[in-house]
Amino acid sequence: MTVETKLALTGEDVRSYSESNREPEWLAAKRSEAYQLAETLQLPKPDKTKIQNWNFTEFPVHATKDEPLTGLAELPQEARALIDIENQKNIYVQRNNTPAYLKLSDELKEQGVILTDIFTAAREHSDLLQKYFMNDAVKVDEHKLTALHTAFMNGGVFVYVPKGVEVKEPVQVLFLHEGEDVSLFNHAIIVAEDNSSLTYVENYLSLSKDSKGLVNIISEVIAKDGAKITYGAVDVLAEGFTSYINRRGVAGRDATIEWAIGMMNDCDTIYENVTHLVGDGSVGHSKSVLVGRGDQKQNVTAKTVHWGKEAEGYILQHGVMKDEASTIFNGIGKIEHGASKSDAVQESRVLMLSEKARGDANPILLIDEDDVTAGHAASVGRVDPLQLYYLMSRGISRVDAERLIVHGFLAPVVSQLPIEGVKKQLSEVIERKVR
Amino acid sequence: MSTLEIKGLHVEIEGKEILKGVDLTINTNEIHAVMGPNGTGKSTLASAIMGHPKYVVTAGTVTLDGEDVLEMEVDERAKAGLFLAMQYPSEISGVTNADFLRSAINSKREEGEEISLMKFIRELDSKMETLEMNQEMAQRYLNEGFSGGEKKRNEILQLMMLKPKFAILDEIDSGLDIDALKVVSKGVNEMRGENFGCLIITHYQRLLNYITPDKVHVMMQGRVVKSGGPELAQKLEAQGYDWIKEELGIEDETVGQEA
Repeated sequence: MTVETKLALTGEDVRSYSESNREPEWLAAKRSEAYQLAETLQLPKPDKTKIQNWNFTEFPVHATKDEPLTGLAELPQEARALIDIENQKNIYVQRNNTPAYLKLSDELKEQGVILTDIFTAAREHSDLLQKYFMNDAVKVDEHKLTALHTAFMNGGVFVYVPKGVEVKEPVQVLFLHEGEDVSLFNHAIIVAEDNSSLTYVENYLSLSKDSKGLVNIISEVIAKDGAKITYGAVDVLAEGFTSYINRRGVAGRDATIEWAIGMMNDCDTIYENVTHLVGDGSVGHSKSVLVGRGDQKQNVTAKTVHWGKEAEGYILQHGVMKDEASTIFNGIGKIEHGASKSDAVQESRVLMLSEKARGDANPILLIDEDDVTAGHAASVGRVDPLQLYYLMSRGISRVDAERLIVHGFLAPVVSQLPIEGVKKQLSEVIERKVR
Repeated sequence: MSTLEIKGLHVEIEGKEILKGVDLTINTNEIHAVMGPNGTGKSTLASAIMGHPKYVVTAGTVTLDGEDVLEMEVDERAKAGLFLAMQYPSEISGVTNADFLRSAINSKREEGEEISLMKFIRELDSKMETLEMNQEMAQRYLNEGFSGGEKKRNEILQLMMLKPKFAILDEIDSGLDIDALKVVSKGVNEMRGENFGCLIITHYQRLLNYITPDKVHVMMQGRVVKSGGPELAQKLEAQGYDWIKEELGIEDETVGQEA
């Protein structure tokens, strides 16, 4: 691993990084504009979590250069376990900031499907990328972190599915973190054109135990009219990172976006998962589970914004808190004026496994339209003693009974993940974290 | 032969004494019925034996073949051979019925002696057939969204799979129509034998038309006030409880009233 750029980037550093990637002029200009905005914009203000003293700006190294892989078998065991090496036809692997491996089936290539790292996308599909990059889903000037992200973007993936194409097998993406100095400013763009469909599964996996770096990740997910995108993610990032992870979707008419996100980081993290239900009849499902341990501090916002008529938004957040970890869960259903017959439903539940842990569930409904339905359920509590009694009365020990209850509580996301290796990994991570 | 012996059992819930000295001895190969009107302490007896967290035993003993049951954790009671078919079983989201049952069966076995998946499935299929349960119930989350009748059948399914020495059935008949009652009874009758004893708690005689008890006990005011053979249940069905109250000089049979 060789170091390319040193600490504290200047505007010049950003320009030369952009040049070294042979980025098109529009992207270089956007980065430079973002860099200036980043100097003046404020940090976001996640509800009930003070992040003013979190470090989101300093990191040891901007971009590392690592060796690409010649084959998936070269991956360390922990990463390899996520992949069905023989049968996984469409996969992108990134090691730290280096695109390391790419495979896309001929069949999908012929149908015009694009799967590539973000830098190649900028060079080879410049117009397409420009259309979606920090435009419809996330804007550069929302706050300091969106601007920093744009200026410092150092990795990511681009997936594009043309009109009417149904991608039957999941596209798998692996972002690996190896080394303490690494920072990840990854950008994912997932676009499904009219009446197409895609299942996308990404893993963030730390192979190093510790980190001094930053994570500032943005995913922009665009489902055009009648399209369906299923987005699965499991984040297992090491202690020491300060993380901002923003996954945002825009659904067109009769389009569906389904999220299943396993938030298993060991670092302080600000999470955002927003689905804009723009088209009439669009549907958004946001399911996420989280385990907090140690003295981790996290803030999770799941939000559906209803613009179209008869838009359906569902949010499920389940969190397990142990040790002295603290997490705020915000569930927001926002129905804009004109989004008649919309339905916004949410459920936020927090299970406390220790006295010192903290978990808050804040259900929020913001409704500017009369003819709608909405509902929320929220709870924070300990393992139900009657559930424990019931399981134990069948001979199951207290420890195993608690384990079963916790796994069951987090099952809504585990059961949704379409790749067996990823499903198994999430179960194992849960097991490891709650033990 | 195994013996479950309850002696002078006093039990409180939230500071209120419900059981005021229950004596009862059950052997394997016997089926006992505990009857009595509502509010006389029948379900409390069941819960206290199993170790429900809200019930506090203040005096008396429960032993299984001489072993002190009250000293045991709930799971140890189950491993010792006790089973309670609950009136209100918990719903556990995200845990399938099948996974739960396998965990329960394996918890009673030594490591390395776990039931094989094939054997488990075979046995589960056959018991579910006996209980006329839809096979898809095995893959549903434990009791979640089950109807009242489905929950009762599921309790009996667990009984049949776990094969305890002693089962207590807490109002397994409540809310069941006659067909479901027959099915549930069939399951219990299949368990009957030398290695199985059962305590059926009910306030209706109708379940006892399908599962003939060896002994019948009547509870009032937190005690067993009368015991007899199956003919006692018949008499209660025909004449109600008033004659017992008269005989014993009881005005209000519920707990909290003294004779």
